[in-house]
Amino acid sequence: MIESAPSTSNPLLRLWRNKESRGVIIQIFTMVLVFALLAAIARNVVINLEAVGKQFSFGFLLWPAAYDIGFSPFLEYTNKSSHLRAAVVGLLNTLLVAFWGCILATMVGFVLGIMRLSSNWLVSKISYVYVEFMRNVPILIHILAIYSLVVTLLPPAKQAINVGADSFFLSNRGFYVPSPIFEDGAGFVGIVILISIALVFAFTHWAQRTQDQTGKIYPVLWISIGILIALPGIAFLAMGMPLSWDIPALKGFNFQGGMAIKPEFLALWLALSLYTACFIAEIVRAGILAVSHGQTEAAFALGLRPNRTLQLIIIPQALRVIIPPLCSQYLNLTKNSSLAIAIGYMDITATLGGISLMQTGKEMETMLIVMGVYLVISLLISAFMNWFNHRIKLTER
Amino acid sequence: MRQKTTAVLSAAALVLGMAGTAQAGTLEDVQSQGVLRCVVSTGIAGFAQPDANGVWGGFDIDFCRATAAAVLGDASKIEAVTSTGKTRFTKLNAGEGDVLWRNTTITFSRDVSVKLRFHGVNYYDGQGFMVKKSLGVNSASELDGASVCIQTGTTTELNLADYFSSNNMKYEPVTIETNDEARQNYEAGRCDVYTTDASGLASTRSALPDPDAHMVLPEIISKEPLGPATRHGDDQWSDIVTWVLNATITAEELGVNSSNVNAMKGSNNPEIRRLLGVDGSQGQELGLSNDWAYQIISQVGNYGEIFERNIGVNTPLGIARGLNALWTDGGLIYSPPFR
Repeated sequence: MIESAPSTSNPLLRLWRNKESRGVIIQIFTMVLVFALLAAIARNVVINLEAVGKQFSFGFLLWPAAYDIGFSPFLEYTNKSSHLRAAVVGLLNTLLVAFWGCILATMVGFVLGIMRLSSNWLVSKISYVYVEFMRNVPILIHILAIYSLVVTLLPPAKQAINVGADSFFLSNRGFYVPSPIFEDGAGFVGIVILISIALVFAFTHWAQRTQDQTGKIYPVLWISIGILIALPGIAFLAMGMPLSWDIPALKGFNFQGGMAIKPEFLALWLALSLYTACFIAEIVRAGILAVSHGQTEAAFALGLRPNRTLQLIIIPQALRVIIPPLCSQYLNLTKNSSLAIAIGYMDITATLGGISLMQTGKEMETMLIVMGVYLVISLLISAFMNWFNHRIKLTER
Repeated sequence: MRQKTTAVLSAAALVLGMAGTAQAGTLEDVQSQGVLRCVVSTGIAGFAQPDANGVWGGFDIDFCRATAAAVLGDASKIEAVTSTGKTRFTKLNAGEGDVLWRNTTITFSRDVSVKLRFHGVNYYDGQGFMVKKSLGVNSASELDGASVCIQTGTTTELNLADYFSSNNMKYEPVTIETNDEARQNYEAGRCDVYTTDASGLASTRSALPDPDAHMVLPEIISKEPLGPATRHGDDQWSDIVTWVLNATITAEELGVNSSNVNAMKGSNNPEIRRLLGVDGSQGQELGLSNDWAYQIISQVGNYGEIFERNIGVNTPLGIARGLNALWTDGGLIYSPPFR
């Protein structure tokens, strides 16, 4: 028993001198402080809202929004829809750009990270310069720069570049592509596609088991691709090709028909992806370097070919290092997408946190919702990445 | 993102209690600060724009200066708090500015739901459309399918939606944060049409490299009475802003301007004498010095002078008085009497 403090008659002082009870006291004190601060904030909000005569309520969400949104690919929206619907349109747009952003950022990031490790001086330096340039310029500047490049370099709608076959057009109003029209029988083809996917899963599972039991390796990838192409292809031909295309054509001021990738989406998507990609590149590089060279040598010694070594030895181990920081990059990308408003991409910050806020004067309410939405999205991404991380973690036998 | 940060900052200000100025006592606050903070736009030629030396000037700025002249006795003691269409009310309500002079349309929802106090109209405007002449469009009814650049957070956005849906026309809204960005997008051909208040169109057109290649379509699709705003809850401050505006109008009506104001002090007209603080105690009743209106007119000028100096026919904007002529000249500009 080491009691450094001399015994004293004051019980409070004794509590304070005891290491454990002192810890508890400090924690209680800190909690009280935090709650007092929160209470003061809440009280201030109430008082200040009252001072300007505002009521705290979310009823405005059902009022008609009265403004139009230029980009709502998933949801029918008119200016008679409610603020809530406008918020949902914004949320979907946020998710859309975040989803594609994460995918492109991952692809570009992996390529850059591997390039960075290349023994070829030029390849390695290209990646180095790119990474250093992108990550040292603020993301907002990238977004604005790419947007103004898109808008000023590409021709206006009437002089749109005919990219191919009189059905793909590139202009500063967007990249117009034909959209599919499904006819009778397309549903059957869809079902066949689902069946093929199920078949591929079953086959992969079977091939894995066979390999575990007998060591025989099937070319799983090629057979899977074969199944995915052949079965739906046959069904498609058998149903008399139940698919036609709605081809965009210049009519009046703009292209009508088809689908368009709007310049606002394009600029935001590219800027977010290319910016985040350089952080991912560094993460990938670190992940691969973290796998000791001895692993490669051991694999070679066992007679594995280089690509199998990469596939079976290096990547699974590198991924374990890569996934946790990769997750935070996905979160960053998603949160950075709120900069969309700079170029008029209608994400949730622009609709609910922007125009709806302005038209209804409900700052506290809209900001609370927007914050809540980003929080939920971030937590969902984290949950998914944790699940994935758990799946690939080292299995200890 | 500046706009976003300010919105968040303003929300934070609301949270952390810096909005204390939202209560009565704006006049004392302004006088103790020694400077009047006006919420203005980020830059609209003729209305509010900094010159090469960073000194703000323009129609709205002159009214801000007039307010400063009345309250502080010195028209130069102003601070321009810039705001986008989206952040202006948040900034005002969070106490970042004392008064808003920023081509702001008076509407029911802004008055009632956003909790602003409006003080009369300093410019009667209406929403119009500007197109390139090369498009060959002569009327707004030919705009079906067009891409339209609009500034976000404005009444313009709502009028546009109403106009197109009531005429069964479609359009692609291209939502922009500031007037400058809107101009760039319009110039680059991202949109066919730029829409905002007619005064803003005149201003934007004057700033284009070749103004004659662009035209403003004849349709005016809305009523846009622009005027100053203050926060709820300070009646004295509201009265001051109301009567600063009225003083400039009354001065023009009575023929008092910045060059003859000293001579006018000796006038026999009792209303002029009351206005200039020679007789009566109107200034003191407002809580100001008795020569408040004299300071406005001598330092800034009357309504007509402010108009002609910044946006009138002899400026690049070249806007005729039109609806903004005095009621005696067939316009709508009218002030209650100084009695």
